[in-house]
Amino acid sequence: MNIAVCIKQTPDTTTRVKVGDSGKNIAEDGVNWIINPYDEFAIEEALQLAEKHGGEVTIVSLGPASIEKTIREALAMGAHKAIRINAETSTHDPLVVSKALVSVLKDGGYDLIFMGRQAIDDDQGQMPSLVAQAMNLPCVTVVVELNIEGGKGTARRELESGYENVSFSLPAVVGANRHLNEPRYRSLKGIMQAKKKKIEVVEATLDAPQMVVESVSLPPAKQAGKIFTNGAADASEVVRLLREEAKVI
Amino acid sequence: MATILVVAEVQDGSWRPANNDVLTAAQKLAGDTGHTVNALLIGNGLDGFAEEAARYGAEKVIMVSDEKLNKFSPDVYAAAVAGAVRESAAAVVLMGATFTGKDVMSRVSQILDCGLAQDALSYRMDGDRILFTRPMYAGKLLAEVSVSSSPVLATFRPKSFKPEEKPVAVATESLSLDLPAPLSVVESIDASGGDKLDVTEADIIVSGGRGLRGPENWGILEELADVLNAATGCSRPVSDEGWRPHEEHLGQTGKTVSPELYIACGISGAIQHLAGISSSKFILAINKDEEAPIFKAADYGIVGDLFEVLPALTEEIKKLKSS
Repeated sequence: MNIAVCIKQTPDTTTRVKVGDSGKNIAEDGVNWIINPYDEFAIEEALQLAEKHGGEVTIVSLGPASIEKTIREALAMGAHKAIRINAETSTHDPLVVSKALVSVLKDGGYDLIFMGRQAIDDDQGQMPSLVAQAMNLPCVTVVVELNIEGGKGTARRELESGYENVSFSLPAVVGANRHLNEPRYRSLKGIMQAKKKKIEVVEATLDAPQMVVESVSLPPAKQAGKIFTNGAADASEVVRLLREEAKVI
Repeated sequence: MATILVVAEVQDGSWRPANNDVLTAAQKLAGDTGHTVNALLIGNGLDGFAEEAARYGAEKVIMVSDEKLNKFSPDVYAAAVAGAVRESAAAVVLMGATFTGKDVMSRVSQILDCGLAQDALSYRMDGDRILFTRPMYAGKLLAEVSVSSSPVLATFRPKSFKPEEKPVAVATESLSLDLPAPLSVVESIDASGGDKLDVTEADIIVSGGRGLRGPENWGILEELADVLNAATGCSRPVSDEGWRPHEEHLGQTGKTVSPELYIACGISGAIQHLAGISSSKFILAINKDEEAPIFKAADYGIVGDLFEVLPALTEEIKKLKSS
């Protein structure tokens, strides 16, 4: 089984976000970069399928040379090789990025293309659907359970209030959600081996974006709340405030 | 005349409440741009839903029915939306930023080669341009984005607009399109727990953290949720421990929600959790640790033992509702 996993380097989830000098993105000083957490579930699922059915897992990621550190993290989990699409990632338009990914993915003969359901920086959740549409492939996003057997797949997809059970044929694109699996730790051996694995670099020119971030800002600071310290004795006053001041109950 | 096309979602035979929010956004946008609001209904068994769209101001409802739409498939639905957009020459296409809406509109973006503002919370006009505000980093950052393509595509987060009825005469138009065969199909839907409220569409959410000490203690939280007609949520450790089903997990790697009132019970308020609930209108926190970060995000807080505070709140609200 030939599997690709598209990953994105994102700031750590504990990052205290600040506005950068451009006013259009975050300040990157002091940011700890990680594999987008949802992508780790994608990598883990790909590795388990390759272990079960045989085959290779290729990591695909778009960005400058500085993302190779994050790509090596994915290789340390056990992925076999990687392709870095060399491009500046200043664009936030996922349509543009999807076209560059597809330019590499279309010739790979992949049975499955995994990615996280969304990246935790831009939070757009478009990439699985965008890539699938461009390649005319089935796609299931927000997947919490996946079964692949005999060229067919079934996936359990999370909804707001339940689950959909979806069937499809391979090749297909899968957007991994949390709880799909438990991503493995990188072993020392894995980290050592990752240093020797090949990262192929492919050049790409990105289209002009059609969705542009004009500015970013921090949400308005919240006023100090009314905090009561007498426990259950304060319940009636708080209920009164919720009714009369906040008018929410 | 240019139109704003609202793609209305019917899931498992039900009209999704998010449709009303998006139609309300469309009404406002129509006021700002001079466009008219149309709605698009896709699928089969759509009787009665055109009336729902007209109640929220859709002057025309375009209906696309086809046997290929019997079972939901994002690829065929996206093809239907794209087809209807081409036929109707819409200037703006809107849908709810539900899991399904985000999936379908992403595909539409690729088919039409148009930009998409995903999961917008609001918009403002900048001359003729629409600037959408959308959260990044689970709401730790807000971005204003523009879309230069025609049509402009956007999804609005459920609850981002308070639904306002604007009844107009029902006018429908059937549209037949040459649709592709589905690439994937939804074989079945498992609704969680009967008539349990959808956490992303609920007005009030009562949410529990590790402070509840174990799944066996959720009764007091559910009683409070019951009297408030609220949905239930939880923090990440609670879902990781398996105390609660993971669809209840709220936060940066779970669901992001925007209720009128969010009640955090025994949740310390990790930055990832706060990110997922920060667009709540009001936050009430109950925690025994007065230093817990959740109190910094809260509008109201009670420092105390939640095993005493929650039943007391339930009693007070019962009294209020019966008076």
